[in-house]
Amino acid sequence: MPGRTSSGFVIAGLVLAGACALAWALAAGDLPIGLGEVFDALFRGAEGMGADVVRELRLPRAVAVFVCGGLLALAGALMQVLLRNPLADPYVLGVSGGAAVGALAAMLVGASSWAVDGAAFGGALAAMLVVFGLAHGDGSWTQTRLLLTGVIVAAGCGAAVTLMLSLATDTRLQSMLFWLMGDASGASRPWPALAVLVAGLVVVLPFARDLNVLARGEATATALGVRVQRLRYLLYVLASLLTAAAVTLVGSVGFVGLIVPHVVRFAIGNDQRLLLPAALLAGGTLLTVADTAARTVMAPVQLPVGVLTALIGVPVFLFLLSRNPR
Amino acid sequence: MASTDSSLVLLEADGIALQVGARWLCCEFSLRLAAGECLVLLGPNGAGKTTLLHTLAGLRAPTVGSVRLGGCPYADWDSLAAARFRGLLAQQQPDHFSASVLQTTLIGRHPHLGRWGWESAADVAIAQAALAEVGLAELEGRDILSLSGGERQRVSIATLLTQAPRLFLLDEPTNHLDLHYQIAVLELFARLRHAGRGVVMVLHDINLATRFADHVILLDGKGGVLAGTRDEVLQADHLSRAFEHPIRRLDVDGRTLFIPD
Repeated sequence: MPGRTSSGFVIAGLVLAGACALAWALAAGDLPIGLGEVFDALFRGAEGMGADVVRELRLPRAVAVFVCGGLLALAGALMQVLLRNPLADPYVLGVSGGAAVGALAAMLVGASSWAVDGAAFGGALAAMLVVFGLAHGDGSWTQTRLLLTGVIVAAGCGAAVTLMLSLATDTRLQSMLFWLMGDASGASRPWPALAVLVAGLVVVLPFARDLNVLARGEATATALGVRVQRLRYLLYVLASLLTAAAVTLVGSVGFVGLIVPHVVRFAIGNDQRLLLPAALLAGGTLLTVADTAARTVMAPVQLPVGVLTALIGVPVFLFLLSRNPR
Repeated sequence: MASTDSSLVLLEADGIALQVGARWLCCEFSLRLAAGECLVLLGPNGAGKTTLLHTLAGLRAPTVGSVRLGGCPYADWDSLAAARFRGLLAQQQPDHFSASVLQTTLIGRHPHLGRWGWESAADVAIAQAALAEVGLAELEGRDILSLSGGERQRVSIATLLTQAPRLFLLDEPTNHLDLHYQIAVLELFARLRHAGRGVVMVLHDINLATRFADHVILLDGKGGVLAGTRDEVLQADHLSRAFEHPIRRLDVDGRTLFIPD
Protein backbone atom coordinates (compact mmCIF):
# COMPACT_ATOMS: atom_id res chain seq x y z
CA MET A 1 0.00 0.00 0.00
CA PRO A 2 1.73 3.15 -1.16
CA GLY A 3 2.12 5.84 1.46
CA ARG A 4 2.55 9.49 0.75
CA THR A 5 6.37 9.35 0.74
CA SER A 6 6.76 6.32 -1.50
CA SER A 7 4.16 7.83 -3.83
CA GLY A 8 6.37 10.90 -4.06
CA PHE A 9 9.29 8.73 -5.16
CA VAL A 10 7.17 7.00 -7.82
CA ILE A 11 6.07 10.36 -9.23
CA ALA A 12 9.61 11.73 -9.13
CA GLY A 13 10.87 8.67 -10.99
CA LEU A 14 8.21 9.05 -13.65
CA VAL A 15 8.95 12.78 -14.03
CA LEU A 16 12.59 11.85 -14.62
CA ALA A 17 11.60 9.21 -17.19
CA GLY A 18 9.36 11.74 -18.94
CA ALA A 19 12.19 14.29 -19.04
CA CYS A 20 14.53 11.70 -20.55
CA ALA A 21 11.93 10.79 -23.20
CA LEU A 22 11.46 14.45 -24.08
CA ALA A 23 15.23 14.99 -24.28
CA TRP A 24 15.53 12.05 -26.68
CA ALA A 25 12.64 13.38 -28.77
CA LEU A 26 14.38 16.75 -29.07
CA ALA A 27 17.82 15.30 -29.84
CA ALA A 28 16.97 12.48 -32.26
CA GLY A 29 16.08 12.83 -35.93
CA ASP A 30 17.51 13.33 -39.41
CA LEU A 31 19.71 16.04 -37.98
CA PRO A 32 21.17 14.63 -34.74
CA ILE A 33 21.54 17.36 -32.16
CA GLY A 34 23.59 16.94 -28.97
CA LEU A 35 21.87 17.25 -25.61
CA GLY A 36 24.01 20.28 -24.75
CA GLU A 37 22.86 22.02 -27.89
CA VAL A 38 19.24 21.12 -27.09
CA PHE A 39 19.66 22.65 -23.65
CA ASP A 40 21.17 25.82 -25.15
CA ALA A 41 18.35 26.08 -27.66
CA LEU A 42 15.67 25.73 -25.03
CA PHE A 43 17.01 27.72 -22.14
CA ARG A 44 19.75 30.02 -23.45
CA GLY A 45 18.15 31.22 -26.67
CA ALA A 46 20.95 29.84 -28.86
CA GLU A 47 20.94 30.76 -32.59
CA GLY A 48 21.50 28.60 -35.64
CA MET A 49 19.78 25.87 -37.62
CA GLY A 50 20.03 23.22 -34.89
CA ALA A 51 18.42 25.51 -32.36
CA ASP A 52 15.66 26.42 -34.81
CA VAL A 53 14.94 22.76 -35.53
CA VAL A 54 14.69 22.07 -31.80
CA ARG A 55 12.47 25.04 -31.04
CA GLU A 56 10.32 25.25 -34.17
CA LEU A 57 9.91 21.62 -35.21
CA ARG A 58 10.78 19.14 -32.51
CA LEU A 59 9.61 20.94 -29.39
CA PRO A 60 5.96 21.43 -30.51
CA ARG A 61 5.79 17.86 -31.70
CA ALA A 62 7.43 16.39 -28.59
CA VAL A 63 5.15 18.37 -26.31
CA ALA A 64 2.15 17.42 -28.45
CA VAL A 65 2.75 13.69 -28.20
CA PHE A 66 3.63 13.87 -24.50
CA VAL A 67 0.45 15.83 -23.79
CA CYS A 68 -1.61 13.52 -25.99
CA GLY A 69 -0.29 10.42 -24.20
CA GLY A 70 -0.95 12.02 -20.83
CA LEU A 71 -4.48 13.05 -21.83
CA LEU A 72 -5.37 9.61 -23.13
CA ALA A 73 -3.92 7.72 -20.17
CA LEU A 74 -5.67 10.00 -17.68
CA ALA A 75 -8.95 9.81 -19.60
CA GLY A 76 -8.65 6.02 -19.79
CA ALA A 77 -8.04 5.72 -16.06
CA LEU A 78 -11.09 7.93 -15.37
CA MET A 79 -13.30 5.99 -17.80
CA GLN A 80 -12.30 2.71 -16.12
CA VAL A 81 -13.41 4.15 -12.76
CA LEU A 82 -16.59 5.67 -14.19
CA LEU A 83 -17.73 2.50 -15.94
CA ARG A 84 -16.13 0.19 -13.37
CA ASN A 85 -14.96 -1.84 -16.30
CA PRO A 86 -11.34 -2.80 -16.94
CA LEU A 87 -11.98 -2.83 -20.70
CA ALA A 88 -13.07 0.81 -20.83
CA ASP A 89 -10.80 3.16 -22.78
CA PRO A 90 -11.17 6.84 -23.71
CA TYR A 91 -12.87 5.93 -26.98
CA VAL A 92 -15.47 3.53 -25.64
CA LEU A 93 -18.17 6.20 -25.29
CA GLY A 94 -17.86 7.48 -28.83
CA VAL A 95 -15.90 10.69 -28.20
CA SER A 96 -13.17 9.78 -30.68
CA GLY A 97 -15.80 8.60 -33.16
CA GLY A 98 -17.42 12.02 -33.03
CA ALA A 99 -14.03 13.68 -33.45
CA ALA A 100 -13.24 11.47 -36.44
CA VAL A 101 -16.54 12.30 -38.13
CA GLY A 102 -15.88 16.02 -37.63
CA ALA A 103 -12.26 15.90 -38.77
CA LEU A 104 -12.87 13.72 -41.81
CA ALA A 105 -15.84 15.79 -42.91
CA ALA A 106 -13.62 18.87 -42.75
CA MET A 107 -10.87 17.07 -44.69
CA LEU A 108 -13.39 15.88 -47.27
CA VAL A 109 -14.25 19.46 -48.17
CA GLY A 110 -10.59 20.44 -48.10
CA ALA A 111 -10.64 22.62 -45.00
CA SER A 112 -7.51 24.12 -43.47
CA SER A 113 -5.73 22.37 -40.60
CA TRP A 114 -7.22 24.85 -38.11
CA ALA A 115 -10.70 24.01 -39.36
CA VAL A 116 -9.94 20.28 -39.13
CA ASP A 117 -8.89 20.72 -35.50
CA GLY A 118 -11.99 22.76 -34.76
CA ALA A 119 -14.27 20.25 -36.48
CA ALA A 120 -12.63 17.37 -34.57
CA PHE A 121 -13.14 19.08 -31.23
CA GLY A 122 -16.70 20.05 -32.15
CA GLY A 123 -17.48 16.49 -33.25
CA ALA A 124 -16.08 15.12 -30.00
CA LEU A 125 -18.21 17.50 -27.93
CA ALA A 126 -21.28 16.68 -30.02
CA ALA A 127 -20.77 12.94 -29.45
CA MET A 128 -20.30 13.57 -25.74
CA LEU A 129 -23.55 15.54 -25.52
CA VAL A 130 -25.49 13.00 -27.59
CA VAL A 131 -24.34 10.08 -25.42
CA PHE A 132 -24.99 12.04 -22.25
CA GLY A 133 -28.46 13.07 -23.37
CA LEU A 134 -29.50 9.61 -24.55
CA ALA A 135 -28.06 7.80 -21.54
CA HIS A 136 -29.64 10.31 -19.21
CA GLY A 137 -32.99 10.25 -20.98
CA ASP A 138 -35.23 8.82 -18.27
CA GLY A 139 -33.27 10.09 -15.30
CA SER A 140 -31.55 6.80 -14.55
CA TRP A 141 -27.89 6.83 -15.35
CA THR A 142 -26.53 3.35 -14.92
CA GLN A 143 -23.14 2.23 -16.14
CA THR A 144 -24.66 -0.33 -18.45
CA ARG A 145 -26.95 2.19 -20.11
CA LEU A 146 -24.12 4.68 -20.51
CA LEU A 147 -21.81 2.03 -21.93
CA LEU A 148 -24.37 0.69 -24.41
CA THR A 149 -25.32 4.19 -25.57
CA GLY A 150 -21.65 5.06 -26.05
CA VAL A 151 -20.92 1.87 -27.96
CA ILE A 152 -23.88 2.45 -30.28
CA VAL A 153 -22.93 6.08 -30.95
CA ALA A 154 -19.34 4.96 -31.62
CA ALA A 155 -20.61 2.34 -34.07
CA GLY A 156 -22.69 4.97 -35.87
CA CYS A 157 -19.64 7.23 -36.11
CA GLY A 158 -17.62 4.30 -37.45
CA ALA A 159 -20.13 3.82 -40.25
CA ALA A 160 -20.02 7.55 -41.10
CA VAL A 161 -16.20 7.43 -41.17
CA THR A 162 -16.23 4.45 -43.54
CA LEU A 163 -18.68 6.25 -45.79
CA MET A 164 -16.48 9.34 -45.94
CA LEU A 165 -13.37 7.27 -46.65
CA SER A 166 -15.12 5.62 -49.56
CA LEU A 167 -16.13 9.01 -50.94
CA ALA A 168 -12.69 10.61 -50.55
CA THR A 169 -10.32 11.23 -53.44
CA ASP A 170 -7.00 9.36 -53.41
CA THR A 171 -5.02 12.48 -52.54
CA ARG A 172 -7.03 13.10 -49.40
CA LEU A 173 -7.41 9.46 -48.45
CA GLN A 174 -3.89 9.10 -47.08
CA SER A 175 -4.11 12.07 -44.76
CA MET A 176 -7.50 10.83 -43.56
CA LEU A 177 -6.11 7.38 -42.79
CA PHE A 178 -3.12 8.91 -41.01
CA TRP A 179 -5.46 11.06 -38.93
CA LEU A 180 -7.44 7.98 -37.97
CA MET A 181 -4.34 6.05 -36.94
CA GLY A 182 -2.97 8.92 -34.95
CA ASP A 183 -0.29 11.01 -36.59
CA ALA A 184 1.76 13.62 -34.80
CA SER A 185 3.61 15.06 -37.80
CA GLY A 186 1.12 17.89 -38.20
CA ALA A 187 0.78 18.66 -34.49
CA SER A 188 2.20 22.13 -34.13
CA ARG A 189 -0.11 23.75 -31.56
CA PRO A 190 0.16 21.69 -28.38
CA TRP A 191 -0.28 24.48 -25.83
CA PRO A 192 -4.12 24.56 -25.51
CA ALA A 193 -4.14 20.79 -24.99
CA LEU A 194 -1.40 21.14 -22.36
CA ALA A 195 -3.60 23.61 -20.52
CA VAL A 196 -6.51 21.13 -20.70
CA LEU A 197 -4.26 18.39 -19.31
CA VAL A 198 -3.02 20.45 -16.38
CA ALA A 199 -6.51 21.75 -15.62
CA GLY A 200 -7.94 18.22 -15.77
CA LEU A 201 -5.41 16.90 -13.29
CA VAL A 202 -5.93 19.85 -10.95
CA VAL A 203 -9.70 19.35 -11.04
CA VAL A 204 -9.66 15.59 -10.48
CA LEU A 205 -6.90 15.16 -7.90
CA PRO A 206 -8.95 16.52 -4.97
CA PHE A 207 -11.50 13.80 -5.76
CA ALA A 208 -8.98 10.98 -6.10
CA ARG A 209 -9.89 9.30 -2.81
CA ASP A 210 -13.59 9.62 -3.66
CA LEU A 211 -12.78 7.61 -6.78
CA ASN A 212 -11.25 4.87 -4.61
CA VAL A 213 -14.50 4.78 -2.64
CA LEU A 214 -16.61 4.72 -5.81
CA ALA A 215 -14.94 1.43 -6.74
CA ARG A 216 -16.85 -0.17 -3.82
CA GLY A 217 -20.19 0.36 -5.53
CA GLU A 218 -22.74 3.14 -5.56
CA ALA A 219 -24.61 2.33 -2.31
CA THR A 220 -21.44 1.84 -0.28
CA ALA A 221 -19.85 4.97 -1.72
CA THR A 222 -22.92 7.08 -0.91
CA ALA A 223 -23.00 5.71 2.63
CA LEU A 224 -19.31 6.63 2.96
CA GLY A 225 -20.14 10.24 2.19
CA VAL A 226 -19.34 10.43 -1.54
CA ARG A 227 -21.82 12.39 -3.66
CA VAL A 228 -21.91 9.75 -6.34
CA GLN A 229 -24.03 11.38 -9.02
CA ARG A 230 -22.06 14.63 -8.98
CA LEU A 231 -18.82 12.68 -9.11
CA ARG A 232 -20.02 10.63 -12.09
CA TYR A 233 -20.96 13.75 -14.05
CA LEU A 234 -17.55 15.23 -13.28
CA LEU A 235 -15.80 12.06 -14.43
CA TYR A 236 -17.82 11.84 -17.62
CA VAL A 237 -17.35 15.46 -18.67
CA LEU A 238 -13.70 15.51 -17.71
CA ALA A 239 -12.77 12.24 -19.41
CA SER A 240 -14.63 13.34 -22.54
CA LEU A 241 -12.92 16.74 -22.65
CA LEU A 242 -9.49 15.17 -22.13
CA THR A 243 -10.16 12.69 -24.93
CA ALA A 244 -11.49 15.41 -27.23
CA ALA A 245 -8.34 17.48 -26.65
CA ALA A 246 -6.12 14.46 -27.36
CA VAL A 247 -7.79 13.37 -30.59
CA THR A 248 -7.93 16.95 -31.81
CA LEU A 249 -4.21 17.27 -31.24
CA VAL A 250 -2.88 14.00 -32.66
CA GLY A 251 -5.83 11.87 -33.82
CA SER A 252 -7.13 8.54 -32.52
CA VAL A 253 -4.00 7.01 -31.08
CA GLY A 254 -4.95 3.56 -29.88
CA PHE A 255 -3.95 1.48 -26.87
CA VAL A 256 -2.41 4.24 -24.72
CA GLY A 257 -5.67 4.96 -22.91
CA LEU A 258 -6.44 1.30 -22.30
CA ILE A 259 -3.04 -0.15 -21.57
CA VAL A 260 -1.18 2.55 -19.64
CA PRO A 261 -3.65 2.67 -16.71
CA HIS A 262 -3.48 -1.11 -16.46
CA VAL A 263 0.31 -1.25 -16.60
CA VAL A 264 0.52 1.44 -13.92
CA ARG A 265 -2.08 -0.40 -11.83
CA PHE A 266 -0.10 -3.64 -12.06
CA ALA A 267 2.99 -1.79 -10.91
CA ILE A 268 1.72 0.42 -8.10
CA GLY A 269 -1.83 -0.65 -7.23
CA ASN A 270 -5.21 0.97 -7.71
CA ASP A 271 -4.99 3.95 -5.35
CA GLN A 272 -6.27 6.75 -7.60
CA ARG A 273 -4.31 9.41 -5.72
CA LEU A 274 -1.15 7.87 -7.13
CA LEU A 275 -2.58 6.11 -10.17
CA LEU A 276 -3.95 9.22 -11.90
CA PRO A 277 -0.77 11.34 -11.95
CA ALA A 278 1.38 8.26 -12.55
CA ALA A 279 -0.75 7.17 -15.52
CA LEU A 280 -0.57 10.68 -16.94
CA LEU A 281 3.24 10.73 -16.78
CA ALA A 282 3.61 7.15 -18.01
CA GLY A 283 1.23 7.78 -20.91
CA GLY A 284 3.11 10.90 -21.94
CA THR A 285 6.45 9.12 -21.70
CA LEU A 286 5.25 6.10 -23.68
CA LEU A 287 3.80 8.17 -26.49
CA THR A 288 6.88 10.41 -26.68
CA VAL A 289 9.16 7.38 -26.97
CA ALA A 290 6.82 5.77 -29.50
CA ASP A 291 6.63 8.88 -31.66
CA THR A 292 10.37 9.45 -31.61
CA ALA A 293 10.86 5.85 -32.63
CA ALA A 294 8.13 6.21 -35.29
CA ARG A 295 9.99 9.01 -37.02
CA THR A 296 13.53 7.64 -36.63
CA VAL A 297 13.58 3.84 -36.96
CA MET A 298 12.60 3.78 -40.64
CA ALA A 299 13.67 7.34 -41.50
CA PRO A 300 12.99 9.02 -43.81
CA VAL A 301 9.68 7.10 -43.70
CA GLN A 302 7.51 8.25 -40.80
CA LEU A 303 5.23 5.66 -39.28
CA PRO A 304 1.90 6.65 -37.69
CA VAL A 305 2.55 6.73 -33.96
CA GLY A 306 -0.62 4.73 -33.24
CA VAL A 307 0.92 1.70 -34.96
CA LEU A 308 4.01 1.96 -32.77
CA THR A 309 2.05 2.26 -29.51
CA ALA A 310 0.19 -0.90 -30.40
CA LEU A 311 3.43 -2.70 -31.30
CA ILE A 312 5.04 -1.66 -28.00
CA GLY A 313 1.96 -1.80 -25.82
CA VAL A 314 0.46 -5.16 -26.68
CA PRO A 315 3.47 -7.36 -25.79
CA VAL A 316 4.21 -5.34 -22.64
CA PHE A 317 0.62 -5.72 -21.53
CA LEU A 318 0.50 -9.45 -22.26
CA PHE A 319 3.77 -9.94 -20.36
CA LEU A 320 2.42 -8.14 -17.30
CA LEU A 321 -0.85 -10.03 -17.49
CA SER A 322 0.91 -13.38 -17.51
CA ARG A 323 3.13 -12.31 -14.61
CA ASN A 324 0.12 -11.33 -12.46
CA PRO A 325 -2.19 -14.32 -12.35
CA ARG A 326 -5.33 -13.51 -10.46
CA MET B 1 -41.97 1.39 18.11
CA ALA B 2 -41.36 1.51 21.83
CA SER B 3 -37.86 2.17 22.95
CA THR B 4 -36.12 2.52 26.27
CA ASP B 5 -37.25 6.02 27.18
CA SER B 6 -34.97 8.94 26.49
CA SER B 7 -31.60 7.26 25.85
CA LEU B 8 -29.87 8.47 22.69
CA VAL B 9 -32.13 7.97 19.69
CA LEU B 10 -30.04 7.08 16.65
CA LEU B 11 -32.71 6.69 14.02
CA GLU B 12 -36.36 7.66 13.68
CA ALA B 13 -38.85 7.22 10.89
CA ASP B 14 -42.20 8.99 11.10
CA GLY B 15 -45.12 7.75 9.08
CA ILE B 16 -42.97 6.54 6.19
CA ALA B 17 -44.33 4.70 3.18
CA LEU B 18 -42.34 3.56 0.16
CA GLN B 19 -43.47 3.35 -3.43
CA VAL B 20 -41.45 1.82 -6.27
CA GLY B 21 -43.02 2.38 -9.66
CA ALA B 22 -46.73 1.92 -9.11
CA ARG B 23 -46.30 -0.53 -6.24
CA TRP B 24 -46.48 0.38 -2.55
CA LEU B 25 -43.87 -1.63 -0.67
CA CYS B 26 -45.12 -0.69 2.75
CA CYS B 27 -47.94 1.34 4.18
CA GLU B 28 -47.29 4.12 6.68
CA PHE B 29 -45.45 3.11 9.79
CA SER B 30 -42.99 4.60 12.25
CA LEU B 31 -39.92 3.35 14.03
CA ARG B 32 -37.42 4.56 16.57
CA LEU B 33 -34.07 2.98 17.30
CA ALA B 34 -32.08 3.92 20.38
CA ALA B 35 -28.43 3.24 21.09
CA GLY B 36 -27.95 -0.34 22.19
CA GLU B 37 -30.88 -1.73 20.20
CA CYS B 38 -31.07 -4.16 17.32
CA LEU B 39 -33.83 -4.06 14.72
CA VAL B 40 -34.26 -6.84 12.16
CA LEU B 41 -36.11 -6.47 8.86
CA LEU B 42 -37.74 -9.66 7.66
CA GLY B 43 -39.88 -10.52 4.69
CA PRO B 44 -40.12 -12.54 1.47
CA ASN B 45 -38.06 -11.83 -1.67
CA GLY B 46 -38.89 -8.54 -3.30
CA ALA B 47 -40.84 -7.27 -0.29
CA GLY B 48 -38.69 -4.12 -0.17
CA LYS B 49 -36.30 -4.86 2.68
CA THR B 50 -33.29 -3.42 0.87
CA THR B 51 -35.30 -0.39 -0.31
CA LEU B 52 -36.39 0.22 3.27
CA LEU B 53 -32.83 -0.17 4.56
CA HIS B 54 -31.52 2.25 1.91
CA THR B 55 -34.26 4.71 2.90
CA LEU B 56 -33.20 4.44 6.53
CA ALA B 57 -29.58 4.97 5.37
CA GLY B 58 -30.58 8.17 3.59
CA LEU B 59 -29.73 6.85 0.13
CA ARG B 60 -33.26 7.58 -1.06
CA ALA B 61 -36.12 9.62 0.33
CA PRO B 62 -39.32 7.95 1.55
CA THR B 63 -42.36 8.56 -0.66
CA VAL B 64 -44.28 9.73 2.38
CA GLY B 65 -43.02 10.67 5.82
CA SER B 66 -39.59 11.55 7.12
CA VAL B 67 -36.44 9.85 8.36
CA ARG B 68 -34.21 11.45 11.00
CA LEU B 69 -30.68 10.37 11.83
CA GLY B 70 -29.56 11.40 15.29
CA GLY B 71 -32.52 13.79 15.47
CA CYS B 72 -31.88 15.60 12.15
CA PRO B 73 -33.31 14.94 8.68
CA TYR B 74 -30.73 13.62 6.21
CA ALA B 75 -31.01 16.84 4.20
CA ASP B 76 -29.46 18.72 7.12
CA TRP B 77 -26.51 16.36 7.41
CA ASP B 78 -23.18 16.95 5.72
CA SER B 79 -22.58 13.76 3.75
CA LEU B 80 -19.25 13.03 5.45
CA ALA B 81 -20.60 13.75 8.93
CA ALA B 82 -23.49 11.38 8.21
CA ALA B 83 -20.93 8.77 7.11
CA ARG B 84 -19.25 9.05 10.50
CA PHE B 85 -22.62 8.48 12.21
CA ARG B 86 -24.12 5.63 10.18
CA GLY B 87 -22.57 2.97 8.00
CA LEU B 88 -24.10 0.63 5.44
CA LEU B 89 -23.13 -2.90 4.51
CA ALA B 90 -24.52 -3.17 0.99
CA GLN B 91 -25.71 -6.43 -0.43
CA GLN B 92 -23.52 -6.42 -3.52
CA GLN B 93 -19.81 -5.87 -3.29
CA PRO B 94 -18.56 -5.37 -6.81
CA ASP B 95 -14.80 -5.80 -7.14
CA HIS B 96 -13.49 -5.26 -10.63
CA PHE B 97 -9.93 -4.13 -10.02
CA SER B 98 -7.12 -5.59 -7.97
CA ALA B 99 -6.49 -4.10 -4.55
CA SER B 100 -5.06 -5.55 -1.38
CA VAL B 101 -7.39 -6.55 1.44
CA LEU B 102 -5.87 -3.92 3.73
CA GLN B 103 -6.17 -1.17 1.11
CA THR B 104 -9.82 -2.07 0.54
CA THR B 105 -10.53 -2.06 4.26
CA LEU B 106 -8.89 1.36 4.65
CA ILE B 107 -11.56 2.83 2.34
CA GLY B 108 -13.71 2.82 5.49
CA ARG B 109 -11.57 5.67 6.85
CA HIS B 110 -12.69 7.97 4.01
CA PRO B 111 -15.18 10.07 6.04
CA HIS B 112 -12.60 10.55 8.80
CA LEU B 113 -9.93 12.04 6.52
CA GLY B 114 -9.69 15.54 5.10
CA ARG B 115 -9.79 16.16 1.36
CA TRP B 116 -6.00 15.91 1.03
CA GLY B 117 -5.52 13.54 3.96
CA TRP B 118 -3.75 10.20 3.66
CA GLU B 119 -4.31 7.28 5.99
CA SER B 120 -2.06 7.50 9.04
CA ALA B 121 -0.49 4.67 11.01
CA ALA B 122 -3.44 4.97 13.42
CA ASP B 123 -5.89 4.43 10.54
CA VAL B 124 -3.93 1.37 9.42
CA ALA B 125 -4.07 0.03 12.99
CA ILE B 126 -7.86 0.51 13.04
CA ALA B 127 -8.20 -1.37 9.74
CA GLN B 128 -5.93 -4.19 10.94
CA ALA B 129 -7.95 -4.54 14.14
CA ALA B 130 -11.14 -4.72 12.05
CA LEU B 131 -9.63 -7.44 9.86
CA ALA B 132 -8.64 -9.37 12.97
CA GLU B 133 -12.26 -9.13 14.23
CA VAL B 134 -13.49 -10.98 11.14
CA GLY B 135 -10.64 -13.49 11.05
CA LEU B 136 -8.79 -11.97 8.11
CA ALA B 137 -5.64 -10.69 9.85
CA GLU B 138 -3.50 -13.15 7.92
CA LEU B 139 -4.88 -12.13 4.54
CA GLU B 140 -4.27 -8.37 4.66
CA GLY B 141 -1.77 -8.48 1.81
CA ARG B 142 -3.92 -10.65 -0.47
CA ASP B 143 -5.61 -9.38 -3.63
CA ILE B 144 -9.38 -9.12 -3.06
CA LEU B 145 -10.00 -10.66 -6.49
CA SER B 146 -8.39 -13.88 -5.23
CA LEU B 147 -10.75 -14.19 -2.24
CA SER B 148 -13.82 -16.40 -1.93
CA GLY B 149 -17.31 -14.94 -1.64
CA GLY B 150 -17.42 -15.39 2.12
CA GLU B 151 -13.98 -13.80 2.55
CA ARG B 152 -15.04 -10.81 0.44
CA GLN B 153 -18.14 -10.43 2.59
CA ARG B 154 -15.88 -10.35 5.64
CA VAL B 155 -13.67 -7.73 3.98
CA SER B 156 -16.80 -5.62 3.49
CA ILE B 157 -17.72 -6.07 7.14
CA ALA B 158 -14.17 -5.11 8.16
CA THR B 159 -14.46 -1.99 5.95
CA LEU B 160 -17.65 -1.07 7.80
CA LEU B 161 -15.98 -1.63 11.18
CA THR B 162 -13.13 0.60 10.00
CA GLN B 163 -15.69 3.27 9.21
CA ALA B 164 -16.66 3.03 12.92
CA PRO B 165 -20.17 4.50 12.75
CA ARG B 166 -22.58 4.60 15.71
CA LEU B 167 -25.38 3.06 13.69
CA PHE B 168 -24.83 -0.03 11.55
CA LEU B 169 -27.25 -0.74 8.69
CA LEU B 170 -26.59 -4.25 7.41
CA ASP B 171 -28.09 -5.78 4.29
CA GLU B 172 -27.91 -9.55 4.76
CA PRO B 173 -24.66 -9.56 6.75
CA THR B 174 -24.62 -13.36 6.75
CA ASN B 175 -24.55 -13.56 2.94
CA HIS B 176 -21.96 -16.09 1.67
CA LEU B 177 -20.83 -16.85 5.23
CA ASP B 178 -20.48 -20.37 6.60
CA LEU B 179 -22.29 -21.30 9.80
CA HIS B 180 -19.36 -20.44 12.04
CA TYR B 181 -18.92 -16.96 10.59
CA GLN B 182 -22.67 -16.29 10.47
CA ILE B 183 -22.81 -16.62 14.25
CA ALA B 184 -19.41 -14.95 14.75
CA VAL B 185 -20.41 -11.89 12.71
CA LEU B 186 -23.82 -11.52 14.36
CA GLU B 187 -22.23 -11.89 17.79
CA LEU B 188 -19.69 -9.26 16.84
CA PHE B 189 -22.51 -6.81 16.06
CA ALA B 190 -24.33 -7.91 19.25
CA ARG B 191 -21.22 -6.92 21.24
CA LEU B 192 -21.07 -3.56 19.44
CA ARG B 193 -24.71 -2.96 20.22
CA HIS B 194 -24.23 -3.77 23.89
CA ALA B 195 -21.38 -1.26 23.80
CA GLY B 196 -23.90 1.41 22.80
CA ARG B 197 -24.06 1.26 19.01
CA GLY B 198 -27.27 0.62 17.09
CA VAL B 199 -27.90 -2.13 14.53
CA VAL B 200 -30.55 -2.43 11.82
CA MET B 201 -30.22 -5.53 9.67
CA VAL B 202 -31.97 -7.42 6.93
CA LEU B 203 -31.95 -11.16 7.61
CA HIS B 204 -33.45 -14.15 5.87
CA ASP B 205 -33.04 -16.63 8.67
CA ILE B 206 -35.96 -16.29 11.11
CA ASN B 207 -34.08 -18.22 13.75
CA LEU B 208 -31.12 -15.84 13.64
CA ALA B 209 -33.61 -12.97 13.93
CA THR B 210 -35.12 -14.68 16.99
CA ARG B 211 -31.68 -14.92 18.53
CA PHE B 212 -30.36 -11.39 17.87
CA ALA B 213 -33.29 -8.96 17.45
CA ASP B 214 -34.96 -6.67 20.02
CA HIS B 215 -37.39 -5.32 17.46
CA VAL B 216 -38.61 -6.77 14.18
CA ILE B 217 -40.28 -5.27 11.15
CA LEU B 218 -42.02 -7.88 9.04
CA LEU B 219 -42.90 -6.89 5.47
CA ASP B 220 -45.37 -9.12 3.66
CA GLY B 221 -44.60 -7.95 0.13
CA LYS B 222 -48.14 -6.67 -0.42
CA GLY B 223 -47.77 -3.40 1.44
CA GLY B 224 -48.45 -4.81 4.89
CA VAL B 225 -46.05 -3.98 7.71
CA LEU B 226 -45.93 -5.50 11.15
CA ALA B 227 -43.61 -3.68 13.52
CA GLY B 228 -43.03 -4.43 17.16
CA THR B 229 -40.87 -6.22 19.66
CA ARG B 230 -39.38 -9.56 18.73
CA ASP B 231 -41.94 -11.55 20.68
CA GLU B 232 -44.88 -9.57 19.28
CA VAL B 233 -43.88 -10.03 15.64
CA LEU B 234 -42.18 -13.40 15.55
CA GLN B 235 -45.24 -15.62 15.86
CA ALA B 236 -45.99 -18.58 13.67
CA ASP B 237 -49.23 -17.18 12.24
CA HIS B 238 -47.71 -13.78 11.35
CA LEU B 239 -44.73 -15.45 9.70
CA SER B 240 -46.85 -18.00 7.82
CA ARG B 241 -48.98 -15.19 6.41
CA ALA B 242 -46.03 -13.02 5.36
CA PHE B 243 -44.03 -15.81 3.74
CA GLU B 244 -47.13 -17.56 2.35
CA HIS B 245 -45.84 -20.84 3.67
CA PRO B 246 -46.93 -22.70 6.81
CA ILE B 247 -44.35 -22.12 9.52
CA ARG B 248 -44.36 -23.95 12.83
CA ARG B 249 -42.91 -22.90 16.15
CA LEU B 250 -40.87 -25.36 18.22
CA ASP B 251 -39.52 -24.83 21.71
CA VAL B 252 -36.39 -26.86 22.30
CA ASP B 253 -34.18 -26.60 25.38
CA GLY B 254 -35.53 -23.15 26.17
CA ARG B 255 -34.85 -21.93 22.61
CA THR B 256 -37.55 -20.97 20.13
CA LEU B 257 -37.22 -22.30 16.59
CA PHE B 258 -39.35 -21.67 13.53
CA ILE B 259 -39.36 -24.33 10.84
CA PRO B 260 -41.22 -24.47 7.53
CA ASP B 261 -43.74 -27.28 7.30
